Amino acid sequence: MTTTTPQVPTVRPPASGIGSRARKARKALTSPWASTLAIVIAVLWTVPTVGLLVTSFRPELDIRTSGWWTVFGDAFAGEGVFSLRNYETALYGSSTNMIEFFVNSFVVTLPAVFIPITIALLAAYGFAWIDFKGRDILFIAVFALQVVPIQITLVPLLSAYVDLGINGTFWTIWLSHSIFALPLAIFLLHNFMKDVPRSLVEAARVDGAGHVKIFFQVMMPLLTPAIAAFAIFQFLWVWNDLLVALVMGDLRTFPLTVRIAELAGSRGGDWHVLSAGAFISMVVPVIVFLALQRYFVRGMLAGAVKG
Amino acid sequence: MRIQKFGGRRRGLALAAGVASTALVLGACADTEDGSGGDGGDVEAFEIDCSAYEEFGDLEGTTVSVYTTIVEPEAETQQASYEPFEECTGVEVEYEASREMEAQLPVRVQAGNPPDIAILPQPGLLNTLVTEYDAVLPAPESVEANVDEFWEPVWKEYGTVDGTFYAAPLGSNVKSFVWYSPSMFADAGYEVPETWDDLLTLTETIAGETEGAAKPWCAGIESGDATGWPATDWIEDMVLRSAGPDVYDQWVNHEIPFDDPAIVESFDMAGEILKNPDYVNGGLGGVDSIATASWTDAGYPILEGNCWMHRAANFYATQWPEGTEVGPEGDVYAFYLPAETTDEKPVLVAGEFIAAFTDRPEVEAFQTYLSSSDWANAKAVATPAGGWVSANLGLDPENLATDFDQLTVETLQDPATVSRFDGSDLMPAAVGTDSFWSGMTEWFASDRSTERVTSDIEQSWP
Amino acid sequence: MDWLLHAGDDPVHKLLLMLIAIGLFVALMAIILFVVDRPRNPARWFVGFGFTGVALLLLLAGLVYPAVLTIWTSFLRRNSGDFIGLDNYARAFTEPQFLVVLGNTALWVLVAPFVATFLGLVYAYVVDRSRFEKLAKGLVFLPMAISMVGASIIWKFVYEFKPQGVEQTGLLNQFLVWLGGEPQQWLLSRPLNTFLIMVVFVWIQTGFAMTLLSASIKAIPTDITEAARLDGVSGFGMFWRITIPSIRPALVVVLTTIAMTTLKTFDIVRTMTAGQFGTSIVALEFYDQGFRQQDAGMAAALAVLLFVIVVPVVVYNVRQQRKVEEIR
Repeated sequence: MTTTTPQVPTVRPPASGIGSRARKARKALTSPWASTLAIVIAVLWTVPTVGLLVTSFRPELDIRTSGWWTVFGDAFAGEGVFSLRNYETALYGSSTNMIEFFVNSFVVTLPAVFIPITIALLAAYGFAWIDFKGRDILFIAVFALQVVPIQITLVPLLSAYVDLGINGTFWTIWLSHSIFALPLAIFLLHNFMKDVPRSLVEAARVDGAGHVKIFFQVMMPLLTPAIAAFAIFQFLWVWNDLLVALVMGDLRTFPLTVRIAELAGSRGGDWHVLSAGAFISMVVPVIVFLALQRYFVRGMLAGAVKG
Repeated sequence: MRIQKFGGRRRGLALAAGVASTALVLGACADTEDGSGGDGGDVEAFEIDCSAYEEFGDLEGTTVSVYTTIVEPEAETQQASYEPFEECTGVEVEYEASREMEAQLPVRVQAGNPPDIAILPQPGLLNTLVTEYDAVLPAPESVEANVDEFWEPVWKEYGTVDGTFYAAPLGSNVKSFVWYSPSMFADAGYEVPETWDDLLTLTETIAGETEGAAKPWCAGIESGDATGWPATDWIEDMVLRSAGPDVYDQWVNHEIPFDDPAIVESFDMAGEILKNPDYVNGGLGGVDSIATASWTDAGYPILEGNCWMHRAANFYATQWPEGTEVGPEGDVYAFYLPAETTDEKPVLVAGEFIAAFTDRPEVEAFQTYLSSSDWANAKAVATPAGGWVSANLGLDPENLATDFDQLTVETLQDPATVSRFDGSDLMPAAVGTDSFWSGMTEWFASDRSTERVTSDIEQSWP
Repeated sequence: MDWLLHAGDDPVHKLLLMLIAIGLFVALMAIILFVVDRPRNPARWFVGFGFTGVALLLLLAGLVYPAVLTIWTSFLRRNSGDFIGLDNYARAFTEPQFLVVLGNTALWVLVAPFVATFLGLVYAYVVDRSRFEKLAKGLVFLPMAISMVGASIIWKFVYEFKPQGVEQTGLLNQFLVWLGGEPQQWLLSRPLNTFLIMVVFVWIQTGFAMTLLSASIKAIPTDITEAARLDGVSGFGMFWRITIPSIRPALVVVLTTIAMTTLKTFDIVRTMTAGQFGTSIVALEFYDQGFRQQDAGMAAALAVLLFVIVVPVVVYNVRQQRKVEEIR
């Protein structure tokens, strides 16, 4: 994605032979203390989550009086220390079916990922490859907009939605998420687009392709991995969003996060139920990551070889 | 957090349709029927006199939206208490609850998208909504009549801003309680103290007879965004006891400075217990652990035998872990936080208020219902697990579920009682929800002196 | 019309609405591209606007307008219309409460993005093409899938304090006790607590850095690494002299993005300490003033300060961009 070398891509030798030798070389280089480092990071990054997972299966009083790691010893001693109580409360403790919140989360998330990415792709192409007047200034402005805190936009946007009579519908949520995602999406995708070798674009232009054709036939295939990567992040942000959901939505659009946030109880004392809630809401993003990971890693390599 | 369609007929349908669960709202009701949902589901309906709502005309099929901080599981009983009204009038109450409500309500108000009715957890928010956004509608006559009939005049004042009465009180809390374990006290031969001096003597006795992590008192003031508020309650209780209700009123209204010697003295009265490492913090650590211990768990060391006394409001009854028995013979119970003599009985109270943003007939009708004794009794009946009371004088204590709730209401209705509203809820937001909280937190966390804390808070008074 | 706006409680209706929204959007985009592609020799601004127009219009209405409004509000007293000039800013730079906040924010921006990027880079490099690559990346990515509030709750557990003599429930203190030490009040000790809260942020953002940097490491042409290897470059030299220069633009992008996120993130501090014990940052203070104190003027001033803090980051990026273009 970020090949800065301007070589003409077609002269690159087939990757297979050298690639495998390089792979072997790399393996030898990174061991063993590098491997140790990797393991240390992986463990540090996993242990807190495991702790929460174990916690989510423990009874309330146990959570407050002993550490989660003690369950392993207790389990050996044959004591029943696990319970599904927290999950029961999280899933069925409300007057509303959990499935309804899941449906809402999906309905909110899919367009809120698809729409901004599409808009951002077009804009990123415009900023990267169309030499129009004021382009640089506009791009810097878009880039700087990343720092605008969403909170300052809430009142003006909601007022506008109320005036238009569309407040409390899915449409306002999709629109809001799309707007908030644009600065970062354009910035990231622009950087990916910039790295596409100029020669490829020129070649297509010589063949008589216009911008629309270049966009679809040259850029899109090369950008698949970048799109997949950004799609994951956008998916996560929207899926985990509480603020936009609360402000722009209403009872009929509330996603899972709104329900999960309530699990702590009116006075914040029931956070043992939260641990179960957190895992219920994590399931989908993790599946999405696993599904897309393979796709964008492979895509990235393919792109590198081709480009 | 869901539109509830209550009513006997619909409920029968719900049971039938629940399994198919194509109609998700109906299916949702069925969940409650299964008993997994909590307390509100199967309660017998409370009978009310429907004629009170005839003056509002035919309301069948209309909707009133309510926005509140009361989430599950309390939301269940809250919604159940609306049932009699819904059955009488055919109005559907749309209930929306969020823990972020206090931040979100002003956003909605400013954007022109307010709910019909909001249940405000404290009068400070009412004050802000009225003075800064001019958004709340004055209470209709029918509501005012109810409040005049069923509430002490002082409660009406809390719902009044600049001479206009806006918000009727709803539920009430009583904060001047000390939680303890009756059996631990009995085993050790301790008596429930009746004066402040008794309390200090008892504290000293316990401190002399315990060792290790166990201490006479435990306290915790961590509460997320609102960290510090439980400590402000301590101070307010002390001001009421050491300086008296008159000074208390002057202090809250800023007629005397926050760092007045009388107030400093009250801080030190609290500090005598809370900043004495021999007395705190049972099972939780040293004095500084008061700042980091979650208020919701801070009483739990009592259950482990590491702590003897925990000062907390009546609603702490619902915070005990599942299976804890609350009662005079149970695992935990509470006694009134004593005053200097047995003749005086100052009580620190707090409560919710109903603000209306629209004036459609169904909204006024619902407001009227909420301010009536009918609602208070319906709510009491709908809350079989207890932990809820109201200072509504029409509330029949018989309807309250637990001994403790009855004790709470008796405390409220005792003629000797001089009740004062939670001061931090009445002070300007810059103090009441900011510098007072953070000042208290620093008082414990970095052992900041009383003089500095009080003068910092005085500085921040707008 | 109402059918298109409100889906009510019917899940099928909701899903249909979602498909319709996507369909309408695709149609709109198709029309725009069709129009742009129509003329034989279109003016550059016309094509440029065709591609960027939708984004620019949305940003104008959704971000620029509120931002301008905010700048204006920052000169007003609370929620009133009274113009008070720079008073809000003066407060932000004189009141000790805010000075702590500014100092902490500087610390955050200077430390958190670099640590997260560095760890993400090292990890991406080390696990690259190893046998366990997918699993290893999945583990570090996991925290990204948890909301910031969820992650903060997890770490609150880790830092939890129980006094000596009572069983520990926090992992960090348990380790200390196992090693024979005394349990510590982690979140109370300044300035350590600010760094401990940063750990949570780094814990989340490393996954972001790793994902993007790993992709860009994979894109380094093998002939470059091969040539370097033949020249006798190896081990740390390979990492320092080949990998890092090759992915430099990606590094800048990742650093910038995380720095921007750092400035905006407030839920972590809010959940961990609510800004107590000297840990507050501008983003949290902004939230506090705006949504809890209802002081719109002060909140706006703090938001504007966030813009100002980000100016150097923008300038740096523009410079980098120029450099890359010169090479081209």
